[in-house]
Amino acid sequence: METKFRALAYVLGDNIDTDQIIPAQYLVYNPAVPEEYRMFGRYALSGVPRDRAGLPSGGVPFVRDGEYSTDYQVVIAGKNFGCGSSREHAPIALNAAGVKAVIAESYARIFFRNAVNGGYLVPLETDERLIEAVRTGDLVEVDIDGCRLVNLATGQTFRLKPLGDVRPIIEAGGLFRYAERSGLLKR
Amino acid sequence: MGMTITEKILARASGKPAVQPGENVWVNVDVLMTHDVCGPGTIGVFKQHFGPDARVWDRTKVVIIPDHYIFTRDEKARRNIEILREFVREQQLPYYYDVGTERYKGVCHIALPEEGHTRPGEVLLGTDSHTCTAGAFGEFATGIGNTDAGFVLGTGKLWLKVPPTLRFIFTGDPPAWLMAKDLILAVIGRIGCDGATYMAMEFTGEAVFGLGKIAAEFAGQPISDRPVGFSPAIEERMTLCNMVIEAGGKNGVIAPDEVTEQFVRERTQAAGTRTDFEPVHNDPDARFAAEYRFDVRTLEPMVARPHSPEHAVPVSDAVGEPLDRAYIGSCTGGKVLDLIAAAKVLRGRSVAIPTFIVPATTEIERAMDRIRLNGQTLREIFESSGCIIGPPSCGACLGGPLDTLGRLNEPLRCISSTNRNFPGRMGHKEAQVFLASPLTVAASAVAGRIADPRDVLN
Ligand code: SF4
Repeated sequence: METKFRALAYVLGDNIDTDQIIPAQYLVYNPAVPEEYRMFGRYALSGVPRDRAGLPSGGVPFVRDGEYSTDYQVVIAGKNFGCGSSREHAPIALNAAGVKAVIAESYARIFFRNAVNGGYLVPLETDERLIEAVRTGDLVEVDIDGCRLVNLATGQTFRLKPLGDVRPIIEAGGLFRYAERSGLLKR
Repeated sequence: MGMTITEKILARASGKPAVQPGENVWVNVDVLMTHDVCGPGTIGVFKQHFGPDARVWDRTKVVIIPDHYIFTRDEKARRNIEILREFVREQQLPYYYDVGTERYKGVCHIALPEEGHTRPGEVLLGTDSHTCTAGAFGEFATGIGNTDAGFVLGTGKLWLKVPPTLRFIFTGDPPAWLMAKDLILAVIGRIGCDGATYMAMEFTGEAVFGLGKIAAEFAGQPISDRPVGFSPAIEERMTLCNMVIEAGGKNGVIAPDEVTEQFVRERTQAAGTRTDFEPVHNDPDARFAAEYRFDVRTLEPMVARPHSPEHAVPVSDAVGEPLDRAYIGSCTGGKVLDLIAAAKVLRGRSVAIPTFIVPATTEIERAMDRIRLNGQTLREIFESSGCIIGPPSCGACLGGPLDTLGRLNEPLRCISSTNRNFPGRMGHKEAQVFLASPLTVAASAVAGRIADPRDVLN
């Protein structure tokens, strides 16, 4: 797990559901096939209505037309990120697009679990209303061990919550490696 | 210390005398369900980690129900069904309900109980968020992703955090026009679409056990070629538990009673699945994280405005708002009782806007030809009122491939008996979806704008 990194931020609102993260028509791709896995990156966050895509201005495509990865490796969102369906295609889409971490005020349970157990990205939480303090395109520094996020564009620092009891799973790289390391899975 | 139903089920499944909310436990899974959208990825995870020749942990505990992208020409969707078929052949799985065969069912959450895969006291995991529907049978049921499901396929186990339980108590005698859909929309409107995140939601109170009056005269009637009777009460309980995920809930649960046990006995016997089960109930000193009370005599039919189920308002606040389309279907609003309710409104009337009816399963589709109101079958009623009837599947509930019947391919205003109205859920990102009970959807279809079903029924 990379514990400290800098990346451009992409900012979204509250209740970003899995249909906005990856619209249902793209679920026909099979993530177990590598060429199809890439397609999820191409359409990541393509369901977010235009005026809310990349706050505060909106109208910022997360992935440029025809590309497979994003310029924004940190997604910042409000409450209840990833609500809706249980599709693992949602954290897969963000991972395929190159996202390293999402920072939200809260998560829907299944999205959080899928992100952790699949080892796709680090879902971080904060009590701060970051979506009003960071603008899409700002360079931010995420410091997981230090539990903080610095907006390098403004110099402001914000507190992040510690990862808590899922940290060992994230560090192991997902459920399977965690279960192996802890002796629960013998193969 | 006493335990709730959910805590007791998870204690038993993890082989512990007691568990507490917040504790992480490894549970033994009783049934794992997957479908055509998440099955291929799940199978991929299973093969990657357990090897190409690995066998599933227990053939009789895996249920595969293709239902999402069935009536489409999309090649990848068809390929995905082929992946399921191949896996079923290779693993010799007995519970597969293949497309294009007699066995084909339709929406997984309704097919599971119909085919005898739901039992009180068990742990059911499924790669679909609405797996929580089966809480209606007094079991622990929740949605998981491909990685978790792949892990379960190989081991039969999964870690789960024991959720605290929120209790929703509905008092009073529910009027016939008040449907489970209205109750759950009222709950989500009160607590918000993240109000139950990480929590179990238990529904109780005399009103919960008195639901289903709109179709009470059909209770116990056979609706298919099987010797099983229709249960309006069970269907309404399923609708309540179905939408706990729209409040962020981990699982919904309703204490099993004689109705549950009879339903499960009939269904498991008819399907030839496991018939033994051990119901569990709350301990008298069980602890709840919070209790919410609703007096059903103060509730109205509810409508959730775009773009969130939490935008629920009493129908009287929304009456008259314009609509372009109506949709009745899905695991939430496409069951037998839902279709009977809609037919009661549509009988002798014509729809003013394009109206789609999509029964959740093939059994419900057959019930449309068996159940009669004043001599007319449900199908005849729908056809003569001008509805378009689609084949059983998830249909346009989640949009799906562009050629899906009823999909919102334009920014229309649609009233729907489904469960989600987030942007783009039924197709177009700018479409506006209103959620309501099948009664309210049918009344609105006739009016061409949002209407109060009480005005039609009286
Ligand atoms: S009917 Fe809709 S909500 Fe139910 S399983 Fe299908 S897509 Fe999901």
